[in-house]
Amino acid sequence: MLNYIIRRIFYAIPILIGVNLITFTLFFVVNTPDDMARMHLGTKRVTPEAITKWKQERGYDKPLVFNTTEEGARKFIQTIFFEKSAAMFAFNFGRADDGRDISHEIKTRMLPSLAIALPVFFLGLVIHITFALVMVFFRATYIDFWGVVFCVALMSISSLFYIIGGQFLISKLWHLVPVSGFSDGLDAGKFLVLPVIIGVISGAGASTRWYRTIFLEEMGKDYVRTARAKGLPETLVLFRHVLRNALIPILTGAVVVIPLLFLGSLIAESFFGIPGLGSYTIDAINSQDFAVVRAMVFLGSFLYIIGLILTDISYTLVDPRIRLE
Amino acid sequence: MPFKLVILWTDALIYLLLVLVIFFVWFVRHNEHLLVPWRRVGHSVSGMMALTVLTIFITIGLLDTVHFRPAIENNSSTYSKVYGVQVLSLFDVIATPLRTSVEKTYSAPFAAHLYTKETIELSGGSQIREFPRLKFGGAHLYDPETQLVADVIWRTVVGIGFGIFIWCVFVASIVMLIAYRCGKKFKQTFFAIFYNETEIPWRAIFIMLALILVLLGSALVLSSYYHIFGTDKVGQDVFYQSLKSIRTGLVIGTLTTLIMLPFALLLGIMAGYFRGWIDDVIQYIYTTLSSIPSVLLIAAAVLMMQVYMESHPEFFDTIAARADLRLLFLCIILGVTSWTSLCRLLRGEALKLREMEYIQAAHAFGVSHWRIISRHILPNVMHIVLIATVMDFSGLVLAEAVLSYVGVGVDPSMISFGTMINAARMEMAREPMVWWALLSSFSFMFTLVLSANLFADAVQDAFNPRVKTLTFVDRKFAPR
Repeated sequence: MLNYIIRRIFYAIPILIGVNLITFTLFFVVNTPDDMARMHLGTKRVTPEAITKWKQERGYDKPLVFNTTEEGARKFIQTIFFEKSAAMFAFNFGRADDGRDISHEIKTRMLPSLAIALPVFFLGLVIHITFALVMVFFRATYIDFWGVVFCVALMSISSLFYIIGGQFLISKLWHLVPVSGFSDGLDAGKFLVLPVIIGVISGAGASTRWYRTIFLEEMGKDYVRTARAKGLPETLVLFRHVLRNALIPILTGAVVVIPLLFLGSLIAESFFGIPGLGSYTIDAINSQDFAVVRAMVFLGSFLYIIGLILTDISYTLVDPRIRLE
Repeated sequence: MPFKLVILWTDALIYLLLVLVIFFVWFVRHNEHLLVPWRRVGHSVSGMMALTVLTIFITIGLLDTVHFRPAIENNSSTYSKVYGVQVLSLFDVIATPLRTSVEKTYSAPFAAHLYTKETIELSGGSQIREFPRLKFGGAHLYDPETQLVADVIWRTVVGIGFGIFIWCVFVASIVMLIAYRCGKKFKQTFFAIFYNETEIPWRAIFIMLALILVLLGSALVLSSYYHIFGTDKVGQDVFYQSLKSIRTGLVIGTLTTLIMLPFALLLGIMAGYFRGWIDDVIQYIYTTLSSIPSVLLIAAAVLMMQVYMESHPEFFDTIAARADLRLLFLCIILGVTSWTSLCRLLRGEALKLREMEYIQAAHAFGVSHWRIISRHILPNVMHIVLIATVMDFSGLVLAEAVLSYVGVGVDPSMISFGTMINAARMEMAREPMVWWALLSSFSFMFTLVLSANLFADAVQDAFNPRVKTLTFVDRKFAPR
């Protein structure tokens, strides 16, 4: 087990290097730092001095991958690639355009993001699986049919409308909770209710339908027939046998997402004004803060890879047949 | 009117897609075994109803794809024609009254007055603050307070009548066509459809069509006198914007798949078929790409594309060309982030297929690799490709809205569901609230995505080999 995990971590390194190369190409090769400077400072009437100053402030004034003016190993160290891209492996993300340390920002903004993402994830998992089980229990009846129709209709609504509609109904019309905002401690509860509810509802259509197909697939298997032949009641078959066996495919989809929860939800956070990583990313995109976007891309793929490893470990927990060697 | 045809990048790709679809239809019609699953799609009630709606959307989208630049009328003696910088489409020409009837600012649906008060100078020199009349909406009315409701109802009735008339003509011609093809009498065919005894669920299609035509008919009649979905901040007709958004949605939904398909097909099959180091390299590429959260990758790529376009303004001569190029880039970027899942599926399928006996036999006969791939493997993975294509469509339309909201979507000058929602979201906070732009974009987008989802379900049910429930339905009225 431990061997396997260590090996997986070593496999992750080339992938992270790949991600790093992609971001490096996107941010520094497709467009030179000069282009970025011009974009930031305004394309018209920008002096070369202003560009040089802009580049110096951000440390973009070095050669991309090879510095001919330096000696020895410094030929590679004194470059943009080493300072900006390779440094990310040490979680050294540098500074944002407003001069703040990105790593520090990420640490402080992680909690608000998790405060929404975790409840959405776990509540969603429980509620969606419950709905799917109800639909499977009443399969081939009108409840099942209209349930599927309802799911497809829910799937067809853009997540933007859920948020806009929810804010309008619950906050503006009924004045139950504040429209947006955030505070520390227990006070945060009233700000979190609405985003969590909307998060659960907006994911309901797709996940419920997906869980339903998984359950239905399990229902067709031999052990279910055996269980019924033994005379077990349908509820017991469903909750004891089918639910347990369906956990494996459900876990594949669910566990991968857990580490990504740190990143928060881009849209929900910006609509509800929650100072998490999602709104941080959106602000960075809007103000074209390339350093932050680069850091978030790296962090995102890092967390995704952790998610993949966690998925494999969780397999062994739910299915004793699977052994990781 | 003299004009210069403009073929934008996305237009060219849509034409290519159209040619491919026509070729595909022709090919399927001549191969009985390919036709079987499509027949199953044709028998699905919800699928065919969804297809009816989609056809209307696609027609509007295609009309909006034929672009040209009208000539500027100049009275000078020079004979050289000068073409305007404004790029119009065939749809714009049809919807000229909608496009040109621009008010000053917000106005509610079916309103005859503006939504905001303005200072109006009376003839005597005194000033009053009042809601001024609209320039176009309800301008034909003498006294809107008393006449408006009656006028709207009367025109709705006319529109419905118009829609029903078209529907009758359409239904009669289709029934005649079916009767001719089956060699039955008109009356016989009609009652077969009426009692839902036909193979293709014509009754459901006709009911759907009646609904569409009634809505469309009344909308057409009313929209030439009123702004039926109101106007936005700069006075643009919201109904016109919603119709224009359809093309953007369709382009994103279809071209993204068209662009990514060659990569996914080639790499996926190669990885599964050749295995070894080729498999390792391809797996590495798609694992790396898919490990970056897609929104972030798209955001990073679009940001960089913005910088690139900013520093190379020589690539486009009109605003439309610029917006179009950005749309194409967005499709490419979405394609790069979304090909990985299809590639993984195809790899798995190719791995399975290469062990099949018929492929082993082909090997033994010394058939070359490329021939095995193109003759034996490719046709056997096409159903996966087809299912993935139709399943992706609705997701991509939804993604466009979110991306445009985040600020990494289509060009702000391009009308799309995303830009409409983005603009309208601020209006909800206004007092009094402006709700019609959101309602309009919501209903159009919901209809498009819902019908795409239902059609995708029908296709998946018909093509998915895992669900082989060949229910035999006794249809008395099969075509000869």
